[in-house]
Amino acid sequence: MESIKQKAERPPVMRRLPDFRNLGILLRTLLLVNFLGLLTVLVRESDPAALTTALVVMAGRLELPLLLAVLLLFMVQPWLARLGPRAGVALIGVCVGFAVMVTFPLLGEAEGDSLWRWLGWAVGATGASLFYFDYRSQRFSPALTEARLMALTSRIRPHFLFNSLNGVLGVIRSDPRRAERALEELADLFRAQMQENRDLVPIADELALCERYLDLEQLRLGERLQVRWLLDTCPRNALVPPLLLQPLLENAVYHGVEPASGPAEIVVHIERRAAEVLIRVDNPVADVERHHAGNRMALDNIRERLMLFFDLEAHLETERRNGRYRVSIRFPYRRKSA
Amino acid sequence: MSDRPMRVLIVDDEAPARTRLRDLLGDIADHCPTELVGVAGNGVEALRLLEDAPADVVLADIRMPVMDGVELARHLARLSPRPDVIFTTAYDQYAVTAFELAAVDYLLKPVRAERLADALGKALRNAPPDDERLARLAPGGRQHFSVSERGRILLVPVSEVLFLKAELKYVTATTAQRDYLLDESLVQIEQEFPGRFLRIHRNCLVACEAVAGVERVGEQDGDARWEILLKGVAERLPISRRQWSAVRQALKL
Repeated sequence: MESIKQKAERPPVMRRLPDFRNLGILLRTLLLVNFLGLLTVLVRESDPAALTTALVVMAGRLELPLLLAVLLLFMVQPWLARLGPRAGVALIGVCVGFAVMVTFPLLGEAEGDSLWRWLGWAVGATGASLFYFDYRSQRFSPALTEARLMALTSRIRPHFLFNSLNGVLGVIRSDPRRAERALEELADLFRAQMQENRDLVPIADELALCERYLDLEQLRLGERLQVRWLLDTCPRNALVPPLLLQPLLENAVYHGVEPASGPAEIVVHIERRAAEVLIRVDNPVADVERHHAGNRMALDNIRERLMLFFDLEAHLETERRNGRYRVSIRFPYRRKSA
Repeated sequence: MSDRPMRVLIVDDEAPARTRLRDLLGDIADHCPTELVGVAGNGVEALRLLEDAPADVVLADIRMPVMDGVELARHLARLSPRPDVIFTTAYDQYAVTAFELAAVDYLLKPVRAERLADALGKALRNAPPDDERLARLAPGGRQHFSVSERGRILLVPVSEVLFLKAELKYVTATTAQRDYLLDESLVQIEQEFPGRFLRIHRNCLVACEAVAGVERVGEQDGDARWEILLKGVAERLPISRRQWSAVRQALKL
C-alpha cells in the first residue's frame, strides 16, 4: 500500500538555485538580462528614429552593473551552493543590489536617473532570470529524463541480457565457478541500471562497473574482445554521471567486436586536462551502416544526461577514421566535496 | 524418419552458445538421436566443414561475423542434398521482425531442449524456405555469390565482381581472376544490390566501383555508341542507347 501511495503523490521537486560557475548559466544570464533591456527600450521608445540611441544608452547603463553582479555571483557561488533556496535568493538579491548601488553614482546620477528605478528594474530582471532557471530545471528535471532514459536503455539491453544468459548456460556444466561469477556480474550491472538515485559518482566506481561488464562479455566473446586501458593520468576521484562509460563500451562491443572475426581492440583513454576530464572510447568498425540506429540512440541518451548534469560545459563528439570509430567526451573536472 | 541418426552441424560465433547446443543435443539423444558432424564459428567455416562432413540439419546463429546465418542458408541451397537450416538468435529485433514477416521459424536463445527436439523433428518434414524468402530476411544483400562446382560450394566475394553478363540460362560473373557461372537472374541481382551494380545493357550489370570511365566509339563507321572502360581489365562493355541516360546519371557524368 505504502509504495502505491508514494507513487500517487507528486515526487518532491528539489528546488535548486542555478550554478553561477557554470558557463551555460552565465551565458544564459547575460543573454536574458540583455534581452530584457532590449524589451524595456522597445516598450518605452515609440519613435523608431530614436531607437538606436536609446539602445546604446540602455546598454551603457546595463552592462557594467550586470557584469559586476555576475562576477559577484561567480565569487559567492561556493556559499550560495550551501544555502537553502530562500537564503540563496536573498544572497543573490544582495549581490545584485550591491552591483547596482556601486555603479549608479558612475553612470546614473549624472543623467538624472533615480536609484529606485534602477533597483526596481534590477529586481525585476533578477526575478525573471531566477524564474526562468527554475522553470528550466523543472522542465529538464531528472525525473522526466530518467523516465526517458529507462525507455531508451531498455531497447538495447535485451540483446545483451539474453546473450549473457545463454553464455552462462553454456559454461554452467563445464565451469560452474565461471558461471557463478558471471551471474554475480550480471546482478551488479542490473543493480546499477535500476538504481534510482542518479547523482554523480566517482569515476573509479564507473570503471569498476565497466570491468565487471567486460568480464561478462569476455565469457561469450573470448579472445575476440581485447581492451586497452589508458588510465595513467585518469583522475580517479572525478565525478561522472552514472552509467556514462558502460553504455559506450556496450556500443563498442556490439558494433566493433561482435561483427569481427578475429581479435578486436577497444581503447579506453581517460585523462584530466586542466579543469576538464576527457574520455575517449574507440573501436574498430567492421561492417558498414548496420544497425547504427541503436548506436545513435545510446549516444543521444548520454548527450542528454551530460547536458542535464553539466549544461553547456560538456561535449560529446564522434568521428570515424581509418576503420575506427571514436567517441570523445569532455566535461568539467569536479571532485567529491568532503 | 530413417534409422540413421540425424547429422547436425552447429554454427555460432560464441563458444558457450555452441557448447550449450551440444549439451542439449546430448540431453535429447534418447528420443531424438543426432550425430554432431562439427561446429563452426561462422558461415564460411560451416561451408568448408560441410564439404567433408555433410549434414542433414544446420543450426545457425543469425548474427555472425564474416558470414551470417541467413547468407549461409542461401548458399546451402546449392548443395544437394540440401541440408535444412534452423536459425537461432538471442535477441535481434530487426531479424526477428523479418523472420516473423517471412514466416520462417527460428529458435530463441537460451534454447530449451523441448523446442530444439521439436524443431529438429519438423526440419525433415517441412520443405526449407526458398531463396526469395530468405533474401527478404537479410537486409543489405549477401557478401558472396556462390557457385556449385564438383559438389563443392565456391564463394565469390561480391566486392570482387567487376561485371555480370546474362547468357542464355546463366549469368557470368567476372572478377579480375576468372569468370564464374551463377545460377541466378540479372534482375534479381540488380534488386539485391542497388547502388553496387549498375545496369548498362539489357544483358549486363557493371560494378560502379570498377568503372574507370566511358568512351565514345565508332563515330567514323556511323555506329556511334558509348562504352564502359574498366579498372584492371582490358575488356570494354557497350552501353545500350536505352540505358545511357540512367548510366550518365548514376556515374555523375
